[in-house]
Amino acid sequence: MNEAEIKERVAAFLAEHDPSGDRLEFLRARFDAGLAWVWFPEGLGGLGVARELQQVVERELAGTPQINTGVQGIGLGMAAPTILAFGTEEQKRRFLRPLWTGEEIWCQLFSEPGAGSDLATLATRAVRDSDEWVVDGQKVWTSGAHHSRWGILVTRTDPDVPKHRGMTYFVCDMHAPGVEVRPLRQITGEAEFNEVFLTGVRLSDDLRLGEVGDGWRVAQTTLMNERVAIGGAPVRRGGGMVGPVLDAWHAHPELRTHDLHQRLLALWVEAEVTRLSGARLREQLVAGQPGPEGSGMKLSFAKLNQALSGFEVEFERDLGYDDWTFRRSEDVDFYGRGPGYRYLRAKGNSIEGGTSEILRNIIAERVLGLPSEPRVDKDVPWKDLPR
Amino acid sequence: MTLLYSEVEDELRAAVRGLLADRCPPAAVLKRIESDPHDLDLWKTLAGEIGVAGLLIPEELGGAGASASEVAVVLEELGRAVAPVPFFTSSVLATQALLPTGDALLGELAEGRKTAALAVSFAASPYRPQRGSSVRIEDGRLSGTVTGVAGADVADVLLVPVDGDLYAAEGAAVEVVPSLDLTRPVATVTFEGTEARRVGACDLAGVLRSGVALLASEQLGVAEWCLDTTLAYVKERHQFARPVGSFQAIKHRLADLWLDVVRARAAARNAVADPSPLSVAVAQSWNAAVAVHAAEEALQLHGGIGMTWEHPVHLYLKRAKSAEIALGTPGDHREALASLAGVPGPE
Ligand SMILES: Cc1cc2nc3c(=O)[nH]c(=O)nc-3n(C[C@H](O)[C@H](O)[C@H](O)COP(=O)(O)OP(=O)(O)OC[C@H]3O[C@@H](n4cnc5c(N)ncnc54)[C@H](O)[C@@H]3O)c2cc1C
Repeated sequence: MNEAEIKERVAAFLAEHDPSGDRLEFLRARFDAGLAWVWFPEGLGGLGVARELQQVVERELAGTPQINTGVQGIGLGMAAPTILAFGTEEQKRRFLRPLWTGEEIWCQLFSEPGAGSDLATLATRAVRDSDEWVVDGQKVWTSGAHHSRWGILVTRTDPDVPKHRGMTYFVCDMHAPGVEVRPLRQITGEAEFNEVFLTGVRLSDDLRLGEVGDGWRVAQTTLMNERVAIGGAPVRRGGGMVGPVLDAWHAHPELRTHDLHQRLLALWVEAEVTRLSGARLREQLVAGQPGPEGSGMKLSFAKLNQALSGFEVEFERDLGYDDWTFRRSEDVDFYGRGPGYRYLRAKGNSIEGGTSEILRNIIAERVLGLPSEPRVDKDVPWKDLPR
Repeated sequence: MTLLYSEVEDELRAAVRGLLADRCPPAAVLKRIESDPHDLDLWKTLAGEIGVAGLLIPEELGGAGASASEVAVVLEELGRAVAPVPFFTSSVLATQALLPTGDALLGELAEGRKTAALAVSFAASPYRPQRGSSVRIEDGRLSGTVTGVAGADVADVLLVPVDGDLYAAEGAAVEVVPSLDLTRPVATVTFEGTEARRVGACDLAGVLRSGVALLASEQLGVAEWCLDTTLAYVKERHQFARPVGSFQAIKHRLADLWLDVVRARAAARNAVADPSPLSVAVAQSWNAAVAVHAAEEALQLHGGIGMTWEHPVHLYLKRAKSAEIALGTPGDHREALASLAGVPGPE
């Protein structure tokens, strides 16, 4: 399918569905027409065509009701591609449509108090009980768990084998008895993430994603998509974190200094070359799955956001803050609110979705082929690892 | 518009890289730099067999009628090899100046029978094209000097821009001065009533800007060689019973360097796909600094051997540092972005 044909599709769709009618009906119809994510297969919100055609669809449907990517970032960026890659036909049909329309929000139950960067040491147990699994453990830093219907969950199902081998991946029913979500207040004052306690949570076997014991491989797919989702989204020139900084710069000529000007120009160039390499990466990716190169995008995104947001606070010479009220945040928004908020929130960009140190390890080992660190835990059964 | 390489470009790259691997390994460059740096035999082969000299020249004038993005690929390879050939000075800078005039000299340049140099300081920029030049024209004769001219010592013809016109001159005094970049020496050119032929009009700032767009690709090549060579070295070199490349302090620096090079590649590709003043300034301010940084990292991570004359890394450092100044420093290009990108300075 080419650009003209996809435009025709969109036109035909718009002729039948009124964008000013019911928002949800419109989004559902868009999914059913294969115009949700065109590179997905037919029947699953796509048309099985080249990914780059999505841009055309987005342009054509720009003025119509949109999905809320701020609240559904994990669903769209991580859960959906993982379900597509590892889900059964039934799972795909069950989960993808309400995920895309935003009727069901998703969260990611990976990190634990004892397992962060070294995710494969996680201790949350899942024990089989005929055609159900019983899950016990604790997850942490779970963004958006408070409004999620589903979570992607990695568990330990075999403690007797080395850590990467005894894991199994599930879709967790966040409404199941035994799931308890407690807010964790962040440095911004609000609570965007949570602790999640899982006590005797029963998940039927048809909520398992991938084979028993194959959880690490499934999780890798999620993580690679996560890095591209966080750092690799298309931005326009002067967009992303440069946007609010430039707005402030234009609004306050009286605050400009020569030193700040030099630094801003350097950051502007860095933002621009980062944007261009994102565009280049997406061209390379058109068909395939994201590879370790995606880590580079996330790494540069974090660095830039932190430099720019720090710059902005300094430029505005504003010693205040917008609002410290403790509240449950509705969604994840790196750019919203004031400069103080942006500065603090951007600190998370080099931690969430893999720390910048871990991403550098991935680039060094998997892209550049440098020797790995000595691995002391490689052949040790998980249960014997020091903790 | 694409930022990727086409198949034709990949083939061209393979041909140039193959030839350079054969004829111009770093050891060979090292050997000749103190006596006679330019490898004119290699240049004959590049021009005659691969046809690189005429890439920018239209077919009807005897060239290949290729595009800037193919020239860029050649420059990446020449940068990787710090090849001492007058491609950038003759086939890019001088040729760009000559192209609008359609002068017959283009045919000779295309075949590689003659090489030309633009008698402009390599330290001039699109923003200050006259820097380093005091040349005047009177009754068809040139006088004055230009300092820091690259490629002048091997040029058969000098192309001299004066007051918006381009003149061709032979027989000026060309004095090579000791140059930081041994593989692309610069010379002081002196005209003393030298006879000159007016070739046509010349938009010197525009010519220099097209040069800047392409120099970014050469810098990419320099940076790539430094990264690749350093990677290979730290995988081999053992200290503390481990390859030094297994130490995280080294791995993280190389991961960051890789990311800088990835972005330099995107910037270089963008500058040829869209040679607007903004894209060009972005590419040059980024790539010039990345090439220098890559060479400095390469030197450091090679330890003591990196500091020796025998190891080629200094050739790359010297090329990178000189090219950082050539045709505008990163700071000059960033300054230009203030108006190009709408980021005005203090009032
Ligand atoms: C805002 C935010 C939202 C998040 N949302 C979610 C979510 O929705 N779901 C979820 O599952 N998780 C989430 N996380 C968790 C996140 O993925 C982890 O915080 C992250 O993986 C780091 O783990 P850790 O916090 O345990 O730090 P640790 O792993 O303990 O790291 C501590 C420090 O050591 C460094 N370090 C660790 N190992 C190495 C190594 N091998 N080499 C060099 N340095 C190393 C780290 O880089 C870091 O600087 C979120 C985190 C944040 C900040």
